[in-house]
Amino acid sequence: MADASQGVLVPGHPDLRVQGPPIELEREPLVNNTRGPGWISDRIASVIEGPTPRWWKISFGISVVFLTLCFSMILWLMSTGVGIWGNQHPVMWGWAIINFVWWIGIGHAGTLISAILFLLRQRWRTSINRAAEAMTIFAVMCAGIFPLIHIGRIWLGWWLFPIPNSNGIWPQFRSPLMWDVFAVSTYFTVSVLFWYMGLIPDLAVMRDRAKTKIRKFGYGLFSLGWTGSNRHWSNYEKAYLILAGLSTPLVLSVHSIVSLDFAVSQLPGWHTTIFPPYFVAGAVYSGFGMVLTLLIPLRRLLKLEDIITVRHVELMCKVTLATGSIVGYAYAMEFFIAWYSGNSYERFLFFQNRAADPFIIGPLFHIKPAPYWWGFWTMVICNVVVPQFFWFKKCRTSMFFVFFLSILVNIGMWFERFVIVITSLQREFLPSNWSYYSPTPMDILQYLGTFGLFFTFFLLFLKYIPLIAIAEVKGVTPQADPHHPLGGAKIGEKH
Amino acid sequence: MPANAYAIMAEFETPAATLSAAYKVREAGFRNWDVFSPFPVHGMDQAMGLKNSKVGWFSFVGGCTGYTTGMLMIWFMNAIDYKIKIGGKPMFSPFSAFPPSYELTILFGSFGALLGMLFLNRLPRLHHPLLKNRRFALAPHDRFYVVIETSDAKYSENETRRMLESLGSRHIELVEE
Repeated sequence: MADASQGVLVPGHPDLRVQGPPIELEREPLVNNTRGPGWISDRIASVIEGPTPRWWKISFGISVVFLTLCFSMILWLMSTGVGIWGNQHPVMWGWAIINFVWWIGIGHAGTLISAILFLLRQRWRTSINRAAEAMTIFAVMCAGIFPLIHIGRIWLGWWLFPIPNSNGIWPQFRSPLMWDVFAVSTYFTVSVLFWYMGLIPDLAVMRDRAKTKIRKFGYGLFSLGWTGSNRHWSNYEKAYLILAGLSTPLVLSVHSIVSLDFAVSQLPGWHTTIFPPYFVAGAVYSGFGMVLTLLIPLRRLLKLEDIITVRHVELMCKVTLATGSIVGYAYAMEFFIAWYSGNSYERFLFFQNRAADPFIIGPLFHIKPAPYWWGFWTMVICNVVVPQFFWFKKCRTSMFFVFFLSILVNIGMWFERFVIVITSLQREFLPSNWSYYSPTPMDILQYLGTFGLFFTFFLLFLKYIPLIAIAEVKGVTPQADPHHPLGGAKIGEKH
Repeated sequence: MPANAYAIMAEFETPAATLSAAYKVREAGFRNWDVFSPFPVHGMDQAMGLKNSKVGWFSFVGGCTGYTTGMLMIWFMNAIDYKIKIGGKPMFSPFSAFPPSYELTILFGSFGALLGMLFLNRLPRLHHPLLKNRRFALAPHDRFYVVIETSDAKYSENETRRMLESLGSRHIELVEE
């Protein structure tokens, strides 16, 4: 390709030069090395069609072991009761709710990428949206397990849904927990619909390249007879836009409603109006952490560096920085309001029950260290300090470093939920009710088990479904633009 | 012309060539024709003279149904069929009923969008003459096709073929029914 800063010579017009933008304004391409549509299909489909790599088999084996662990722990819980967990008065919401909020927060990045960035016309989203949406679906599945098993008598889980039962009782819609049931189940369903609609054209690509009978049948069935007709594309694009438009308020509402589970109660540390936006920002932050954790190794292992470029990673780092800073602002604001309100319970909770560490704040103010001061400071370091590295281009472009930080982001956000759930509950209004919460091994194994569920599904997704939206990536290349020389446009041609 | 021909299919290699071909085919007055591409080509709807898609209406009706369903359901369950007085709160309040109704708006609206899209496109469909064609398997890959059905009033095998050739297609073939 001609260097744009020099101007492009137009064939047939020796004295005419088309001036490109100055070099500093030129954007890095979304697909490197001027790859065309054919290469994109071949590259992405080869992940499915090629031989199964060793790392896939090994990680799948490990994931299945953890998946088995997940279901064994559920079985143990069902047969024995929630007493096997560390939940005890007054901490009735233990790891189950922490893990629920953590997993569902992770899902939010997928919807942000697929819906909000679509509405904002961020074309770089095309390389990562499919994998991120898959992550959303599997994360919401992991999240959904926890409230379900937390109710103790799992076989009565259907009482949460407005189904007529023999007692003649209906769910109580004045409780935010009921709102949550609707928010999470809608979120899961709409995410699946959106994901599947995006998949239809790509399944058609797989169908038309399929060599084996089973693949032809499978991909053929699920691609619904898609032909790529422009009359179809026209309806398809409209439906895609509408789904993006509907998913945007959805994703903002889901974590807002999750936060209302806390904020509607009277407990210090929970009873704040800042919770909905603060939870949404935290959710997107943790979700981008997980997207980076998943995609940085994958682009290398699956040789997708031309499609998921360094620019994509950098942009994701910037979103992480932005949302991480919002989270940091929310932490600061919580403390300010606790102090400014003059409410002694709020002040006690934030300063003596969360922040007071045994080294600086404790001795300085002559207060006993908070029981979980280290959880609080892990949260602050991982969520406020760590993302600040992303101000620097050197940090954003070092894949190993970004991967390392993305893991810290995930850890930090888990601790945020830990701090919110545990510290508020274990020091409630009456000191005679205070206790110290500690998880049991079953808590920990159940949490690890959900990773097995997540990665089993995610690895199967990599193996059988195009992990990058083929049609959408093609659509953002210059080869797809009918007004670009690479798309076949000729100078002077009018449309 | 073979008796069982479904359409004539012309292959193009770039979106620009396809776009200008689409303009010409439309100007020539064809009605039963279509363009097939691996991705939606920018400006193709205008070139083909397609109107704004009607999917929005399906979604709108879905959304309205969802919101009404949510509000009526909660009102019936908590204020009519089984009343429980809690903390002196009203039996029905649009505020506490709003979050579930809002979610149902989105849920039904999304089903409206997806199912409306499938309905307008007459999908799923298990069989299509073009999908039997070997060459057409490149359509989702990297080729572009302008397809004119033989059922079109203006279709005549020789003239249509000549027109498609003049538009710059290098591969033209008849597609069997």
